[in-house]
Amino acid sequence: MAHTPGLSVAEQRSEDIKIGVKGFWILLAVTLVEVGLALFLKDVLPGAIVRLAMIVLSLYKAYYIVSIFMHLGSEIGGFAATIVLPLMLLIWAIIAFLWEGDYTRNARNAVEDPRPGAELPAEEPGQTSMKSYEELSKEITIG
Amino acid sequence: MATDTVHDTEQELEVGMEKLWGGGDSPFRSEYGKLMMWYFLLSDAFTFAGFLIAYGTLRFSMDAWPVPDHVFSTTPFGGEGMPLIFVTIMTFVLIVSSVTVLRAVQEGKLENSMGVVKWLVATIVGGAIFLGCQAWEWTNLITVEGVTLYNTPFSSHVDEGTYISLEEAKQMNPALEERTTMVSVHNADGSHGEEALPYLYDPVTDQNFFEKVDHHAFHHSEGHEPKKYVGKPFEIGEPYLVTYNDGQYLPGAYKIEGTNTVMAEEMGPTAFGALFFFITGFHVFSGLIILLIIALGSWSGVYRARNNGHIMVEKVGLYWHFVDLVWVFVFLAFYLL
Repeated sequence: MAHTPGLSVAEQRSEDIKIGVKGFWILLAVTLVEVGLALFLKDVLPGAIVRLAMIVLSLYKAYYIVSIFMHLGSEIGGFAATIVLPLMLLIWAIIAFLWEGDYTRNARNAVEDPRPGAELPAEEPGQTSMKSYEELSKEITIG
Repeated sequence: MATDTVHDTEQELEVGMEKLWGGGDSPFRSEYGKLMMWYFLLSDAFTFAGFLIAYGTLRFSMDAWPVPDHVFSTTPFGGEGMPLIFVTIMTFVLIVSSVTVLRAVQEGKLENSMGVVKWLVATIVGGAIFLGCQAWEWTNLITVEGVTLYNTPFSSHVDEGTYISLEEAKQMNPALEERTTMVSVHNADGSHGEEALPYLYDPVTDQNFFEKVDHHAFHHSEGHEPKKYVGKPFEIGEPYLVTYNDGQYLPGAYKIEGTNTVMAEEMGPTAFGALFFFITGFHVFSGLIILLIIALGSWSGVYRARNNGHIMVEKVGLYWHFVDLVWVFVFLAFYLL
């Protein structure tokens, strides 16, 4: 939203108001769609699709706020890149940490409290990678 | 003399910059403070991303997790069973305040101090309403439902089962001791009293078993009938709330389908309460204080005197939009998914 040359203050102001009102309706509409998805479509459609739709809509809202309301869209491209590119690190952070969380759940279920949804079967005793001191002392020869 | 030195340094700097990129203009064509505000926001984005990723990791690591539609289903003035309605209103307030701060920034570019003050005050009002809504939600979670930093009574069932009466539980496991505890009740005439509530106690596991009721069983005055739970079956994944009354958690007794073991509702993941209060409590308050300072500054004419186009308003506007941006993802993680 650079100050467009050649516009009077009154003209610029009416342009500004248009941007604000348009942004308001877009954000409101997207939010209402999200809430509608959560309230009415969670039971109808598969959960993964509804969740994906919510994430995509939220990312669109974030894009709109950053690009239009925070004017990053009208900054120099190189500058916008210094803000946006580091955030790409989060993509792997999210995948890795959620993966880790899921692994933790399966591992915990396997050792102590098997629940529906746990994927790892409890390992047979004797098949574990842990070795007793007796076994180890047999394998390790000194000299 | 001092002024001359500063002037010389500025000259040198400009010469240096010309050498660097062959023009008089700065590469990003933006003001220094605004660039640094952006980098601060970038670091803050990583902070909040860290919080939300911690939430996601813990959620993925648990079999049972509170169901948002169940946790956030109360509204002020006695509304119950209305999932997401209240938080949608809160989001609406934040969207409006986002637009008002945009208007303040735009008026700042037009050098209209009073316009800036007007829209920033409108933004502060919006922020205060949002904060008030959040305060009500916290109060309801803490005092009525018993969610604290260390306790989360909300969870979801990991087994298929049926809520049972105390007689049934005693029949199934005669080793359980019959006991009573005094619970405080709100009478219909507004007075407070105490009632004896029977429960079963397992001395081996130190576990209490109560007959499942909701908190309306102890609030006789609100016009809500307590729900009937005993005999009601539930499925895997169905949400529940361990009944909370005046500092006591009253876990309901149930049996797993096809077995004859008496079970009690487990408390939900501890992390949920801590994460919710920390994440939602972290940012709006500081945003409000900054807005107030900038509105006062604009009103006193300091930005007009500096003659740099109310750039300070733009910076604080960026911060406020960032608060809104964080809310987009808090809303997604805590309320929608």
